[in-house]
Amino acid sequence: MRALVIICALLAGLPVWAEQVVADMSLRDVEITANFDGSDILIYGAIKGAREEENLAPLEVVIAISGPQGPITVRRKEKHFGIWVNTDAIKVDRAPSFYAVASSGALEDTLTYTEDLRYQVSIPRAIYAVGTPAEIEDPESFTEALIRIRKGQNLYQQLDNTVEVQQQSLFSTTIDLPANLVEGVYPTRIFITREGEVVGKLTTFIDVRKVGLERWIYDLAHDRPLIYGVLSLTIAIAAGWLASAFFRFLRF
Amino acid sequence: MHIYLPIAEVSVNAFLLLGLGGLVGILSGMFGVGGGFLMTPLLFFIGIPPAVAVATEANQIVASSFSGVLAHLKRKTVDLRMGTVLLIGGLAGAAIGVQVFAMLREMGQVDLLVKLCYVVFLGIIGGLMFFESLKAIRRSKGGHQVRTRKKHGLVHALPFKMKFRTSGLYISVIPPVLVGVFVGILAAIMGVGGGFIMVPAMIYLLGMPTKVVVGTSLFQIIFVTGFTTLMHATTNYTVDMALAVLLLVGGVVGAQVGTRIGAKLPAEQLRILLSIMVLAVCAKLALDLLIMPSELYSLGAAGH
Repeated sequence: MRALVIICALLAGLPVWAEQVVADMSLRDVEITANFDGSDILIYGAIKGAREEENLAPLEVVIAISGPQGPITVRRKEKHFGIWVNTDAIKVDRAPSFYAVASSGALEDTLTYTEDLRYQVSIPRAIYAVGTPAEIEDPESFTEALIRIRKGQNLYQQLDNTVEVQQQSLFSTTIDLPANLVEGVYPTRIFITREGEVVGKLTTFIDVRKVGLERWIYDLAHDRPLIYGVLSLTIAIAAGWLASAFFRFLRF
Repeated sequence: MHIYLPIAEVSVNAFLLLGLGGLVGILSGMFGVGGGFLMTPLLFFIGIPPAVAVATEANQIVASSFSGVLAHLKRKTVDLRMGTVLLIGGLAGAAIGVQVFAMLREMGQVDLLVKLCYVVFLGIIGGLMFFESLKAIRRSKGGHQVRTRKKHGLVHALPFKMKFRTSGLYISVIPPVLVGVFVGILAAIMGVGGGFIMVPAMIYLLGMPTKVVVGTSLFQIIFVTGFTTLMHATTNYTVDMALAVLLLVGGVVGAQVGTRIGAKLPAEQLRILLSIMVLAVCAKLALDLLIMPSELYSLGAAGH
């Protein structure tokens, strides 16, 4: 057995990871209903085939959940003629609507800079802004602002020291999905690292979607907008008339 | 109790929305304004995306105005003929306004221009109304109440004269149509019903009696905002039914209460109250433009 492990270790130069990850989560389908106010997701799993040598650095786990990606415009205000006006703007080509990265240690200790670059794990790496206009000297301040604003809305979360690793094989963490979630597929990546190098990786998906009345309203609004508009008006007018009739009834 | 809004894609406290609707509904019933100029910024504050707030607000104004109009129709304080003339102008104006809005969005300056519009119009109208009503109150307190003779100005000299019996006017239709167009444009750009501009325009420009002004403006607002709602629903998909229903449940009840309060208060005091409120909103928006914001950066939908 030990010989086999050593052979595996010798073969480690090849892109074959010795450590395999098996993981699951408490729910894979997040259903947005009318009274949805966020959801906690428990992600847990096991590491198989971990090398068991002396003096080996411990295994660390990094878990990243990303929402649907999309372009976004970041604008900056400047004072002109006494009032604050949007002047410079950059278009961030791809930014996730939600991003949470949890790690068993501090993120910069559990993942090296080059590995972060390769796998795009940390929040700044998860955002792509290429081709910024030349007249803007400090494009990075725009992406920093994007992260700052989204962090304030709990949409971007960096959760250091929140993944628990037991006996170098079992891990678990809880990630809090906020109420203002956008519909879509949320890729969830689990990285096993040792000394900052990725030694195992698993990608799975969480499906966030609207159900029931929410689903119906959303579909109607997008598939049959005219009917939806007329229906909205009808409901509004009916409610207005009913309330009026109710008050008339109260008076007599 | 939180509720997830299907179109806005945010979760908000349902009671907060009911309360906002009720509060704005009371004001709507009292003053004959749709309340959009208060509600739209309030919705921004609680985190509703602006595009959804503007479109949904149009839908909500229809409801709160509808119950108000019913109350006014019962008291025969709606000039239907004048309302129809204003409406024809209003629909044309709203169609123009939506085009202007799209153009401004291309340029990425829609926020600023909407806010500047608010500051300028609310400032002028609030100021005019405030001093006018102050003068009127002082005059009536002084005892020598002089009934001002009906002035024969431009509104009487223009062609296409029409008799508006409920208002007791015999004037050209051109000024009311123009008022309608102007209000329609502003309504589409600013995401409001436009009552706060139409009410003073009717009083000071057309010389309509204050009692019919409120009902008539509500009548026009219903159709213009209804039209705007349909435009937003079909082009931007930004009308949130759930949000609108919550706002209007509070709104219709508030409007009924407001209409009763409005009928009891003397017209001059009503006007001075409205002017103070208009000036307060104006001051708040002006300060936002003048004071350095705590966050200089803002996130917008991609495109521009």
